Amino acid sequence: MSIDKATVYKIAQLARIRVTEEDVERLAPQLSNIMQFVEQLEEVNTDNVGPLANVVDITPRLRADVVSDGGIPGAVLANAPEEQEHYFVVPKVVE
Amino acid sequence: MSELNHLTLTEALEGLEKKDFTSVELTQAHIDACEAAKSLNAFVTTTYELAIEQAGASDKRRAEGKAGPLDGLPLAIKDLFCTKGVQTTASSRILEGFVPQYESTVTSNLFRDGAIMLGKTGMDEFAMGSSNTTSGYGNILSPWRSRSAPEKDLVPGGSSGGSAAIVAARAALGSTGTDTGGSIRQPAAFCGIAGIKPTYGRCSRWGVVAFASSLDQAGVFARTTRDCARLLKSAAGYDPKDSTSANLPVPDFESALKGDVRGLRIGIPKEYRVDGMPKEIENIWQQGIEWMKDAGAEIVDVSLPHTKYALPAYYIIAPAEASSNLARYDGVRYGKRIEGGNLKDLYELTRAAGFGDEVKRRIMIGTYVLSAGYYDAYYVKAQKVRNLIRQDFLNAYGQCDALLTPTAPSAAFAIGENEDDPIKMYLNDVFTVSVNLAGLPGMSVPAGLNADGLPLGLQVIGKHWDEETVFRVGDVIEQAANFKALPQSVLKKAA
Repeated sequence: MSIDKATVYKIAQLARIRVTEEDVERLAPQLSNIMQFVEQLEEVNTDNVGPLANVVDITPRLRADVVSDGGIPGAVLANAPEEQEHYFVVPKVVE
Repeated sequence: MSELNHLTLTEALEGLEKKDFTSVELTQAHIDACEAAKSLNAFVTTTYELAIEQAGASDKRRAEGKAGPLDGLPLAIKDLFCTKGVQTTASSRILEGFVPQYESTVTSNLFRDGAIMLGKTGMDEFAMGSSNTTSGYGNILSPWRSRSAPEKDLVPGGSSGGSAAIVAARAALGSTGTDTGGSIRQPAAFCGIAGIKPTYGRCSRWGVVAFASSLDQAGVFARTTRDCARLLKSAAGYDPKDSTSANLPVPDFESALKGDVRGLRIGIPKEYRVDGMPKEIENIWQQGIEWMKDAGAEIVDVSLPHTKYALPAYYIIAPAEASSNLARYDGVRYGKRIEGGNLKDLYELTRAAGFGDEVKRRIMIGTYVLSAGYYDAYYVKAQKVRNLIRQDFLNAYGQCDALLTPTAPSAAFAIGENEDDPIKMYLNDVFTVSVNLAGLPGMSVPAGLNADGLPLGLQVIGKHWDEETVFRVGDVIEQAANFKALPQSVLKKAA
Protein backbone atom coordinates (compact mmCIF):
# COMPACT_ATOMS: atom_id res chain seq x y z
CA MET A 1 0.00 0.00 0.00
CA SER A 2 1.48 3.28 -1.09
CA ILE A 3 0.60 6.22 1.11
CA ASP A 4 0.00 9.38 -0.89
CA LYS A 5 0.26 12.92 0.36
CA ALA A 6 -3.47 13.32 0.90
CA THR A 7 -3.45 10.24 3.11
CA VAL A 8 -0.52 11.59 5.12
CA TYR A 9 -2.50 14.79 5.77
CA LYS A 10 -5.50 12.74 6.82
CA ILE A 11 -3.50 10.54 9.20
CA ALA A 12 -1.71 13.56 10.66
CA GLN A 13 -5.06 15.16 11.31
CA LEU A 14 -6.41 12.02 12.99
CA ALA A 15 -3.22 11.84 15.09
CA ARG A 16 -3.50 15.54 15.94
CA ILE A 17 0.00 16.33 14.68
CA ARG A 18 0.39 19.52 12.61
CA VAL A 19 2.47 18.82 9.50
CA THR A 20 3.99 21.14 6.91
CA GLU A 21 4.16 20.56 3.16
CA GLU A 22 7.82 19.64 3.66
CA ASP A 23 6.97 17.08 6.38
CA VAL A 24 4.42 15.46 4.09
CA GLU A 25 6.93 15.23 1.22
CA ARG A 26 9.32 13.40 3.52
CA LEU A 27 6.76 11.24 5.32
CA ALA A 28 4.84 9.90 2.31
CA PRO A 29 7.68 7.70 0.97
CA GLN A 30 8.84 6.71 4.50
CA LEU A 31 5.38 5.60 5.59
CA SER A 32 4.88 3.83 2.25
CA ASN A 33 8.09 1.85 2.78
CA ILE A 34 7.05 0.82 6.26
CA MET A 35 3.62 -0.27 5.04
CA GLN A 36 5.18 -2.27 2.20
CA PHE A 37 7.46 -3.94 4.74
CA VAL A 38 4.60 -4.95 7.04
CA GLU A 39 2.47 -6.19 4.17
CA GLN A 40 4.64 -9.34 4.05
CA LEU A 41 2.14 -10.62 6.60
CA GLU A 42 -0.35 -11.20 3.80
CA GLU A 43 1.68 -14.30 2.86
CA VAL A 44 0.89 -15.96 6.17
CA ASN A 45 -2.10 -18.26 6.28
CA THR A 46 -4.05 -17.28 9.39
CA ASP A 47 -7.28 -19.16 8.67
CA ASN A 48 -8.46 -20.72 11.93
CA VAL A 49 -5.97 -18.66 13.98
CA GLY A 50 -7.30 -16.29 16.60
CA PRO A 51 -5.72 -12.92 17.36
CA LEU A 52 -3.43 -13.04 20.39
CA ALA A 53 -3.98 -10.36 23.00
CA ASN A 54 -2.71 -12.09 26.14
CA VAL A 55 0.80 -13.52 25.80
CA VAL A 56 1.03 -15.26 29.14
CA ASP A 57 -1.64 -17.63 30.40
CA ILE A 58 -2.86 -15.46 33.20
CA THR A 59 -6.53 -14.71 33.53
CA PRO A 60 -7.20 -11.02 33.94
CA ARG A 61 -8.62 -10.48 37.39
CA LEU A 62 -11.41 -8.29 38.66
CA ARG A 63 -10.98 -5.93 41.55
CA ALA A 64 -13.58 -4.71 43.96
CA ASP A 65 -15.46 -1.72 42.55
CA VAL A 66 -14.44 0.69 45.27
CA VAL A 67 -12.70 4.04 45.40
CA SER A 68 -9.07 3.31 46.21
CA ASP A 69 -7.45 6.64 45.48
CA GLY A 70 -8.36 10.29 45.09
CA GLY A 71 -8.78 13.54 46.93
CA ILE A 72 -5.41 14.77 45.65
CA PRO A 73 -6.24 17.57 43.18
CA GLY A 74 -2.95 19.30 43.98
CA ALA A 75 -0.94 16.29 42.83
CA VAL A 76 -3.16 15.73 39.79
CA LEU A 77 -2.72 19.33 38.65
CA ALA A 78 0.91 19.75 39.71
CA ASN A 79 2.21 19.47 36.13
CA ALA A 80 -0.63 21.27 34.36
CA PRO A 81 0.59 23.95 31.92
CA GLU A 82 -2.40 26.04 33.04
CA GLU A 83 -4.82 25.51 35.90
CA GLN A 84 -7.46 27.47 37.70
CA GLU A 85 -9.22 26.55 40.92
CA HIS A 86 -8.43 22.85 40.49
CA TYR A 87 -9.40 22.74 36.82
CA PHE A 88 -7.27 22.24 33.70
CA VAL A 89 -7.63 25.29 31.47
CA VAL A 90 -8.01 25.03 27.67
CA PRO A 91 -9.00 27.53 24.98
CA LYS A 92 -12.73 28.23 24.86
CA VAL A 93 -14.56 25.35 23.12
CA VAL A 94 -18.18 26.54 23.37
CA GLU A 95 -19.15 29.90 21.93
CA MET B 1 41.26 -2.77 40.02
CA SER B 2 40.96 -1.27 43.45
CA GLU B 3 38.78 1.67 42.44
CA LEU B 4 35.34 1.28 43.95
CA ASN B 5 33.60 1.88 40.63
CA HIS B 6 35.31 -1.16 39.12
CA LEU B 7 33.71 -3.56 41.61
CA THR B 8 30.75 -5.63 40.51
CA LEU B 9 27.50 -5.07 42.37
CA THR B 10 28.03 -8.31 44.30
CA GLU B 11 31.60 -7.34 45.24
CA ALA B 12 30.47 -3.87 46.28
CA LEU B 13 27.83 -5.35 48.56
CA GLU B 14 30.45 -7.62 50.19
CA GLY B 15 32.68 -4.59 50.72
CA LEU B 16 29.83 -2.71 52.39
CA GLU B 17 29.03 -5.72 54.57
CA LYS B 18 32.67 -6.06 55.63
CA LYS B 19 32.85 -2.30 56.26
CA ASP B 20 35.76 -1.92 53.80
CA PHE B 21 34.05 1.29 52.70
CA THR B 22 30.80 3.16 53.24
CA SER B 23 27.95 3.67 50.83
CA VAL B 24 28.79 7.38 50.80
CA GLU B 25 32.32 6.53 49.59
CA LEU B 26 31.01 4.01 47.07
CA THR B 27 28.40 6.45 45.80
CA GLN B 28 30.88 9.32 45.57
CA ALA B 29 33.25 7.11 43.52
CA HIS B 30 30.39 6.45 41.09
CA ILE B 31 29.39 10.13 40.95
CA ASP B 32 33.02 10.93 40.07
CA ALA B 33 32.93 8.25 37.38
CA CYS B 34 29.63 9.66 36.03
CA GLU B 35 31.23 13.10 35.82
CA ALA B 36 34.28 11.63 34.06
CA ALA B 37 31.91 9.94 31.57
CA LYS B 38 29.93 13.10 30.93
CA SER B 39 30.84 13.16 27.23
CA LEU B 40 28.67 10.03 26.75
CA ASN B 41 25.56 12.14 27.53
CA ALA B 42 24.09 9.09 29.30
CA PHE B 43 21.89 11.06 31.71
CA VAL B 44 18.97 13.39 31.10
CA THR B 45 19.00 14.31 34.80
CA THR B 46 21.58 13.54 37.47
CA THR B 47 20.53 13.31 41.12
CA TYR B 48 23.89 13.37 42.88
CA GLU B 49 22.69 15.27 45.96
CA LEU B 50 19.82 12.87 46.43
CA ALA B 51 22.25 9.96 45.93
CA ILE B 52 24.59 11.15 48.67
CA GLU B 53 21.61 11.72 50.96
CA GLN B 54 20.30 8.19 50.23
CA ALA B 55 23.83 6.80 50.77
CA GLY B 56 24.09 8.48 54.19
CA ALA B 57 20.74 7.00 55.19
CA SER B 58 21.90 3.60 53.93
CA ASP B 59 25.09 3.73 55.99
CA LYS B 60 22.93 4.48 59.01
CA ARG B 61 20.63 1.54 58.30
CA ARG B 62 23.61 -0.77 57.87
CA ALA B 63 25.11 0.41 61.17
CA GLU B 64 21.78 -0.40 62.83
CA GLY B 65 21.73 -3.86 61.25
CA LYS B 66 18.72 -3.00 59.08
CA ALA B 67 20.33 -3.13 55.63
CA GLY B 68 18.21 -4.40 52.70
CA PRO B 69 19.38 -6.68 49.88
CA LEU B 70 20.60 -3.78 47.69
CA ASP B 71 21.43 -1.38 50.47
CA GLY B 72 23.86 1.35 49.54
CA LEU B 73 24.37 0.33 45.89
CA PRO B 74 24.36 3.21 43.36
CA LEU B 75 22.20 2.53 40.28
CA ALA B 76 21.07 4.47 37.23
CA ILE B 77 17.36 4.57 36.36
CA LYS B 78 16.05 4.76 32.80
CA ASP B 79 14.15 8.02 32.37
CA LEU B 80 11.04 6.04 31.44
CA PHE B 81 10.39 5.15 35.11
CA CYS B 82 8.44 7.82 36.95
CA THR B 83 10.37 8.97 40.00
CA LYS B 84 8.55 11.06 42.59
CA GLY B 85 9.86 14.60 42.67
CA VAL B 86 12.50 13.96 39.96
CA GLN B 87 11.95 15.06 36.36
CA THR B 88 10.94 12.19 34.07
CA THR B 89 11.10 12.86 30.31
CA ALA B 90 11.18 9.57 28.37
CA SER B 91 13.87 11.56 26.46
CA SER B 92 11.06 13.52 24.83
CA ARG B 93 10.80 17.28 24.69
CA ILE B 94 7.06 16.89 25.17
CA LEU B 95 7.70 15.80 28.78
CA GLU B 96 10.40 18.36 29.55
CA GLY B 97 9.91 19.58 33.11
CA PHE B 98 7.40 16.83 34.00
CA VAL B 99 7.85 15.96 37.67
CA PRO B 100 5.90 12.83 38.67
CA GLN B 101 3.91 12.99 41.88
CA TYR B 102 4.30 9.24 42.37
CA GLU B 103 6.97 6.54 42.19
CA SER B 104 6.95 3.65 39.69
CA THR B 105 6.57 0.24 41.32
CA VAL B 106 9.93 -0.99 40.00
CA THR B 107 11.86 1.97 41.45
CA SER B 108 9.83 1.74 44.70
CA ASN B 109 10.91 -1.88 44.99
CA LEU B 110 14.57 -1.01 44.39
CA PHE B 111 14.45 1.83 46.93
CA ARG B 112 12.64 -0.43 49.43
CA ASP B 113 15.68 -2.72 49.19
CA GLY B 114 18.09 0.16 49.78
CA ALA B 115 19.26 1.11 46.26
CA ILE B 116 20.72 4.57 45.56
CA MET B 117 19.74 6.58 42.45
CA LEU B 118 22.55 8.39 40.58
CA GLY B 119 20.25 9.85 37.94
CA LYS B 120 17.84 9.28 35.09
CA THR B 121 19.35 7.86 31.91
CA GLY B 122 18.49 8.86 28.37
CA MET B 123 17.07 6.64 25.65
CA ASP B 124 15.59 6.80 22.21
CA GLU B 125 12.58 9.09 22.53
CA PHE B 126 9.74 7.15 24.21
CA ALA B 127 11.96 4.05 23.90
CA MET B 128 11.44 4.00 20.12
CA GLY B 129 14.74 3.16 18.48
CA SER B 130 17.83 0.98 18.49
CA SER B 131 20.58 3.60 18.50
CA ASN B 132 19.86 6.44 20.96
CA THR B 133 19.96 8.88 18.10
CA THR B 134 16.27 9.73 18.47
CA SER B 135 16.54 11.20 21.98
CA GLY B 136 15.22 14.73 22.35
CA TYR B 137 18.27 15.55 24.49
CA GLY B 138 21.11 14.70 22.10
CA ASN B 139 22.80 11.47 21.03
CA ILE B 140 24.07 9.11 23.70
CA LEU B 141 27.47 7.59 22.94
CA SER B 142 28.94 4.19 23.64
CA PRO B 143 32.09 4.15 25.80
CA TRP B 144 33.52 1.71 23.22
CA ARG B 145 35.53 2.61 20.10
CA SER B 146 36.51 0.40 17.20
CA ARG B 147 40.16 -0.37 16.39
CA SER B 148 39.80 0.47 12.72
CA ALA B 149 38.08 3.84 13.16
CA PRO B 150 38.70 4.99 16.74
CA GLU B 151 37.71 8.55 15.85
CA LYS B 152 34.11 7.55 15.18
CA ASP B 153 31.51 7.81 17.94
CA LEU B 154 29.52 4.58 18.21
CA VAL B 155 25.91 4.06 19.26
CA PRO B 156 25.29 2.33 22.62
CA GLY B 157 22.27 0.55 21.11
CA GLY B 158 18.76 1.27 22.18
CA SER B 159 16.42 2.08 23.41
CA SER B 160 17.91 1.76 26.93
CA GLY B 161 21.25 3.16 25.70
CA GLY B 162 22.04 5.51 28.56
CA SER B 163 21.45 2.75 31.11
CA ALA B 164 23.76 0.37 29.20
CA ALA B 165 26.49 2.94 28.47
CA ILE B 166 26.76 4.13 32.07
CA VAL B 167 27.13 0.58 33.46
CA ALA B 168 29.72 -0.28 30.77
CA ALA B 169 31.59 2.92 31.65
CA ARG B 170 31.91 1.68 35.26
CA ALA B 171 29.86 4.64 36.47
CA ALA B 172 26.89 2.70 37.92
CA LEU B 173 26.81 -0.81 39.42
CA GLY B 174 23.61 -1.58 37.57
CA SER B 175 20.63 0.09 35.99
CA THR B 176 17.01 -0.37 35.00
CA GLY B 177 15.82 -0.67 31.43
CA THR B 178 12.68 -1.50 29.52
CA ASP B 179 12.42 -3.82 26.55
CA THR B 180 9.61 -3.63 23.98
CA GLY B 181 11.43 -5.19 21.01
CA GLY B 182 15.01 -5.63 22.23
CA SER B 183 15.64 -2.41 24.13
CA ILE B 184 17.54 -4.10 26.99
CA ARG B 185 19.21 -6.98 25.17
CA GLN B 186 20.57 -5.14 22.11
CA PRO B 187 22.23 -2.28 24.08
CA ALA B 188 23.62 -4.85 26.57
CA ALA B 189 25.24 -6.65 23.62
CA PHE B 190 26.57 -3.42 22.07
CA CYS B 191 28.04 -2.23 25.40
CA GLY B 192 29.53 -5.55 26.57
CA ILE B 193 27.36 -6.02 29.66
CA ALA B 194 24.55 -8.34 30.78
CA GLY B 195 20.89 -7.42 30.55
CA ILE B 196 17.66 -9.34 31.13
CA LYS B 197 14.09 -8.79 30.03
CA PRO B 198 11.96 -11.07 32.20
CA THR B 199 8.67 -12.73 31.28
CA TYR B 200 5.86 -10.31 30.44
CA GLY B 201 4.11 -9.64 33.76
CA ARG B 202 7.12 -10.34 36.00
CA CYS B 203 7.87 -6.65 36.65
CA SER B 204 5.08 -4.15 37.15
CA ARG B 205 4.53 -1.62 34.38
CA TRP B 206 2.91 0.81 36.82
CA GLY B 207 4.62 4.18 36.62
CA VAL B 208 6.59 3.24 33.49
CA VAL B 209 5.85 5.64 30.63
CA ALA B 210 3.92 3.43 28.21
CA PHE B 211 5.09 2.71 24.65
CA ALA B 212 3.38 -0.56 23.56
CA SER B 213 1.63 -1.98 26.59
CA SER B 214 1.32 -5.61 25.45
CA LEU B 215 5.07 -5.74 24.71
CA ASP B 216 6.69 -3.40 27.28
CA GLN B 217 8.53 -5.13 30.10
CA ALA B 218 10.97 -3.69 32.63
CA GLY B 219 14.28 -5.38 33.35
CA VAL B 220 17.83 -4.72 34.50
CA PHE B 221 21.44 -4.27 33.39
CA ALA B 222 24.63 -5.09 35.26
CA ARG B 223 28.11 -6.33 34.46
CA THR B 224 27.47 -9.93 35.53
CA THR B 225 24.59 -12.40 35.47
CA ARG B 226 24.78 -12.66 39.27
CA ASP B 227 24.37 -8.91 39.63
CA CYS B 228 21.40 -9.04 37.24
CA ALA B 229 19.85 -11.86 39.29
CA ARG B 230 20.04 -9.77 42.45
CA LEU B 231 18.62 -6.65 40.82
CA LEU B 232 15.77 -8.52 39.15
CA LYS B 233 14.83 -10.23 42.40
CA SER B 234 14.24 -6.78 43.92
CA ALA B 235 12.63 -5.16 40.87
CA ALA B 236 10.13 -7.97 40.17
CA GLY B 237 6.93 -8.89 41.96
CA TYR B 238 3.17 -8.77 41.91
CA ASP B 239 1.55 -5.36 41.79
CA PRO B 240 -2.23 -4.95 41.92
CA LYS B 241 -1.80 -1.56 40.20
CA ASP B 242 -0.76 -3.28 36.93
CA SER B 243 -3.60 -5.40 35.53
CA THR B 244 -1.09 -7.62 33.68
CA SER B 245 1.22 -8.12 36.65
CA ALA B 246 1.53 -11.82 37.53
CA ASN B 247 0.53 -12.91 41.00
CA LEU B 248 3.32 -15.46 41.21
CA PRO B 249 6.13 -15.81 43.74
CA VAL B 250 9.46 -14.31 42.60
CA PRO B 251 12.11 -17.04 42.63
CA ASP B 252 15.54 -16.49 44.13
CA PHE B 253 17.17 -16.10 40.72
CA GLU B 254 20.68 -16.17 42.16
CA SER B 255 20.29 -19.74 43.39
CA ALA B 256 19.79 -20.76 39.74
CA LEU B 257 23.45 -19.88 39.06
CA LYS B 258 24.78 -23.38 39.54
CA GLY B 259 27.62 -23.14 37.05
CA ASP B 260 26.22 -26.33 35.55
CA VAL B 261 24.09 -26.97 32.48
CA ARG B 262 24.57 -30.75 32.28
CA GLY B 263 21.46 -32.40 30.96
CA LEU B 264 19.87 -29.17 29.75
CA ARG B 265 18.61 -29.20 26.17
CA ILE B 266 19.58 -26.02 24.32
CA GLY B 267 17.63 -25.29 21.16
CA ILE B 268 19.27 -23.66 18.12
CA PRO B 269 16.59 -22.12 15.89
CA LYS B 270 17.56 -22.62 12.26
CA GLU B 271 15.57 -19.59 11.04
CA TYR B 272 17.96 -17.29 12.93
CA ARG B 273 20.68 -18.07 10.37
CA VAL B 274 19.49 -15.15 8.29
CA ASP B 275 20.80 -14.30 4.83
CA GLY B 276 23.79 -12.04 4.89
CA MET B 277 24.56 -12.65 8.56
CA PRO B 278 28.10 -11.35 9.21
CA LYS B 279 30.71 -14.04 9.73
CA GLU B 280 31.60 -12.69 13.18
CA ILE B 281 28.02 -13.18 14.36
CA GLU B 282 27.93 -16.70 12.92
CA ASN B 283 31.24 -17.44 14.66
CA ILE B 284 30.25 -16.16 18.09
CA TRP B 285 27.03 -18.15 17.89
CA GLN B 286 28.99 -21.30 16.99
CA GLN B 287 31.36 -20.55 19.87
CA GLY B 288 28.38 -20.36 22.23
CA ILE B 289 27.13 -23.71 20.95
CA GLU B 290 30.57 -25.24 21.60
CA TRP B 291 30.63 -23.79 25.13
CA MET B 292 27.25 -25.35 25.82
CA LYS B 293 28.39 -28.74 24.49
CA ASP B 294 31.63 -28.59 26.50
CA ALA B 295 29.60 -27.82 29.62
CA GLY B 296 27.51 -30.94 29.06
CA ALA B 297 24.34 -29.50 27.56
CA GLU B 298 22.56 -31.25 24.74
CA ILE B 299 22.26 -29.20 21.54
CA VAL B 300 18.94 -29.59 19.70
CA ASP B 301 18.08 -28.11 16.31
CA VAL B 302 14.67 -26.50 16.44
CA SER B 303 12.49 -24.55 14.05
CA LEU B 304 10.62 -21.29 14.61
CA PRO B 305 8.98 -21.11 11.18
CA HIS B 306 7.32 -17.70 11.52
CA THR B 307 10.49 -15.85 12.57
CA LYS B 308 10.64 -13.72 9.42
CA TYR B 309 7.19 -12.30 10.17
CA ALA B 310 8.07 -11.11 13.67
CA LEU B 311 9.39 -7.69 12.62
CA PRO B 312 6.48 -6.90 10.28
CA ALA B 313 3.99 -7.97 12.98
CA TYR B 314 5.85 -5.88 15.54
CA TYR B 315 5.79 -2.80 13.30
CA ILE B 316 2.01 -2.98 13.22
CA ILE B 317 1.32 -3.88 16.85
CA ALA B 318 3.88 -1.60 18.52
CA PRO B 319 2.95 1.58 16.56
CA ALA B 320 -0.77 0.82 17.00
CA GLU B 321 -0.42 0.61 20.77
CA ALA B 322 1.94 3.61 20.78
CA SER B 323 -0.48 5.80 18.85
CA SER B 324 -3.11 5.05 21.48
CA ASN B 325 -0.78 5.44 24.49
CA LEU B 326 0.77 8.66 23.23
CA ALA B 327 -2.62 10.30 22.65
CA ARG B 328 -2.36 11.49 26.26
CA TYR B 329 0.31 14.08 25.36
CA ASP B 330 -2.06 16.87 24.47
CA GLY B 331 -0.62 19.96 26.14
CA VAL B 332 -3.45 20.08 28.66
CA ARG B 333 -2.56 17.96 31.67
CA TYR B 334 1.24 17.89 31.74
CA GLY B 335 4.30 18.53 29.65
CA LYS B 336 4.85 20.94 26.82
CA ARG B 337 2.09 23.23 25.55
CA ILE B 338 2.08 25.40 22.46
CA GLU B 339 -0.81 27.84 22.54
CA GLY B 340 -3.13 27.90 19.54
CA GLY B 341 -6.26 29.82 18.62
CA ASN B 342 -8.50 26.89 19.52
CA LEU B 343 -8.20 23.52 21.23
CA LYS B 344 -7.44 21.60 18.03
CA ASP B 345 -4.63 24.01 17.17
CA LEU B 346 -3.27 23.64 20.70
CA TYR B 347 -3.21 19.83 20.36
CA GLU B 348 -1.67 19.83 16.89
CA LEU B 349 0.97 22.47 17.56
CA THR B 350 1.95 20.94 20.90
CA ARG B 351 2.37 17.48 19.41
CA ALA B 352 4.20 18.78 16.32
CA ALA B 353 6.70 20.64 18.49
CA GLY B 354 7.01 18.05 21.27
CA PHE B 355 7.52 14.79 19.39
CA GLY B 356 10.58 13.91 17.32
CA ASP B 357 10.53 12.41 13.81
CA GLU B 358 10.64 8.71 14.73
CA VAL B 359 7.87 9.09 17.30
CA LYS B 360 5.70 10.96 14.80
CA ARG B 361 6.31 8.26 12.19
CA ARG B 362 5.23 5.53 14.58
CA ILE B 363 2.17 7.41 15.83
CA MET B 364 1.11 7.95 12.22
CA ILE B 365 1.66 4.32 11.22
CA GLY B 366 -0.29 3.26 14.31
CA THR B 367 -3.09 5.69 13.54
CA TYR B 368 -3.25 4.40 9.98
CA VAL B 369 -3.40 0.69 10.83
CA LEU B 370 -6.10 1.31 13.43
CA SER B 371 -8.18 3.59 11.23
CA ALA B 372 -11.61 2.61 9.92
CA GLY B 373 -11.38 -0.01 7.19
CA TYR B 374 -7.81 -1.07 7.96
CA TYR B 375 -8.10 -2.47 11.48
CA ASP B 376 -8.82 -6.07 10.42
CA ALA B 377 -6.39 -6.06 7.50
CA TYR B 378 -3.45 -4.88 9.57
CA TYR B 379 -3.93 -4.96 13.32
CA VAL B 380 -6.02 -8.13 13.65
CA LYS B 381 -3.84 -9.85 11.04
CA ALA B 382 -0.71 -8.96 13.01
CA GLN B 383 -2.25 -10.26 16.25
CA LYS B 384 -3.00 -13.55 14.48
CA VAL B 385 0.57 -13.83 13.24
CA ARG B 386 1.67 -13.03 16.76
CA ASN B 387 -0.28 -16.05 17.92
CA LEU B 388 1.60 -18.24 15.42
CA ILE B 389 4.95 -16.81 16.55
CA ARG B 390 4.13 -17.61 20.17
CA GLN B 391 2.99 -21.09 19.20
CA ASP B 392 6.32 -21.66 17.39
CA PHE B 393 8.15 -21.11 20.68
CA LEU B 394 5.78 -23.36 22.63
CA ASN B 395 6.34 -26.10 20.04
CA ALA B 396 10.13 -25.67 20.22
CA TYR B 397 9.99 -25.94 24.03
CA GLY B 398 8.61 -29.45 23.56
CA GLN B 399 12.15 -30.36 22.49
CA CYS B 400 14.36 -28.03 24.51
CA ASP B 401 14.64 -26.08 27.78
CA ALA B 402 16.06 -22.81 26.44
CA LEU B 403 17.18 -21.29 23.15
CA LEU B 404 20.57 -19.81 22.26
CA THR B 405 20.89 -17.15 19.53
CA PRO B 406 22.97 -14.10 18.74
CA THR B 407 21.53 -10.96 20.39
CA ALA B 408 21.96 -8.59 17.44
CA PRO B 409 22.90 -8.97 13.77
CA SER B 410 26.02 -6.78 14.15
CA ALA B 411 28.29 -5.09 16.66
CA ALA B 412 27.70 -1.41 17.52
CA PHE B 413 27.64 0.88 14.49
CA ALA B 414 28.66 4.52 14.14
CA ILE B 415 26.30 7.39 14.94
CA GLY B 416 24.49 8.31 11.74
CA GLU B 417 24.67 4.87 10.16
CA ASN B 418 21.39 3.10 9.31
CA GLU B 419 19.55 6.44 9.38
CA ASP B 420 18.75 6.79 5.70
CA ASP B 421 15.93 4.26 5.90
CA PRO B 422 13.80 3.48 9.00
CA ILE B 423 13.55 -0.20 7.99
CA LYS B 424 17.35 -0.62 8.20
CA MET B 425 17.26 0.55 11.81
CA TYR B 426 14.34 -1.77 12.56
CA LEU B 427 16.39 -4.80 11.39
CA ASN B 428 18.60 -4.41 14.49
CA ASP B 429 15.84 -6.11 16.44
CA VAL B 430 15.55 -9.14 14.15
CA PHE B 431 16.71 -11.61 16.86
CA THR B 432 15.05 -9.96 19.85
CA VAL B 433 11.59 -8.89 18.78
CA SER B 434 9.89 -12.33 18.67
CA VAL B 435 10.65 -12.74 22.36
CA ASN B 436 8.48 -9.70 23.15
CA LEU B 437 5.70 -10.85 20.84
CA ALA B 438 5.65 -14.17 22.70
CA GLY B 439 6.10 -12.61 26.17
CA LEU B 440 9.17 -14.75 26.96
CA PRO B 441 12.19 -13.98 29.15
CA GLY B 442 15.43 -13.21 27.29
CA MET B 443 18.92 -12.22 28.36
CA SER B 444 22.03 -10.98 26.60
CA VAL B 445 25.42 -11.98 27.94
CA PRO B 446 28.75 -10.60 26.65
CA ALA B 447 30.44 -13.39 24.69
CA GLY B 448 33.51 -11.86 23.10
CA LEU B 449 34.95 -9.11 20.91
CA ASN B 450 34.88 -8.91 17.14
CA ALA B 451 38.02 -8.29 15.06
CA ASP B 452 37.47 -4.57 15.53
CA GLY B 453 37.53 -4.87 19.33
CA LEU B 454 33.79 -4.39 19.83
CA PRO B 455 31.60 -6.52 22.11
CA LEU B 456 29.22 -9.18 20.81
CA GLY B 457 26.45 -10.71 22.86
CA LEU B 458 24.64 -14.03 22.95
CA GLN B 459 20.96 -14.24 23.77
CA VAL B 460 19.38 -16.89 25.96
CA ILE B 461 15.60 -17.25 25.63
CA GLY B 462 13.59 -19.18 28.21
CA LYS B 463 10.10 -20.53 28.74
CA HIS B 464 7.43 -18.33 30.28
CA TRP B 465 8.27 -17.71 33.98
CA ASP B 466 11.53 -19.65 33.69
CA GLU B 467 14.08 -16.88 34.13
CA GLU B 468 15.96 -19.34 36.33
CA THR B 469 17.04 -21.48 33.37
CA VAL B 470 17.92 -18.29 31.47
CA PHE B 471 20.20 -17.24 34.33
CA ARG B 472 21.64 -20.75 34.63
CA VAL B 473 22.62 -20.83 30.94
CA GLY B 474 23.76 -17.19 30.93
CA ASP B 475 26.05 -17.86 33.87
CA VAL B 476 27.76 -20.76 32.09
CA ILE B 477 28.26 -18.65 28.95
CA GLU B 478 29.68 -15.88 31.09
CA GLN B 479 32.18 -18.24 32.71
CA ALA B 480 33.21 -19.75 29.38
CA ALA B 481 33.53 -16.37 27.67
CA ASN B 482 35.42 -14.86 30.61
CA PHE B 483 34.73 -11.42 29.14
CA LYS B 484 37.14 -8.96 30.76
CA ALA B 485 37.55 -6.31 28.08
CA LEU B 486 37.07 -2.70 29.15
CA PRO B 487 35.81 0.14 26.98
CA GLN B 488 38.60 2.39 25.70
CA SER B 489 37.34 5.43 27.60
CA VAL B 490 37.57 3.48 30.88
CA LEU B 491 41.02 2.08 30.05
CA LYS B 492 42.36 5.54 29.33
CA LYS B 493 41.23 6.82 32.71
CA ALA B 494 42.59 3.81 34.56
CA ALA B 495 46.02 4.21 32.90
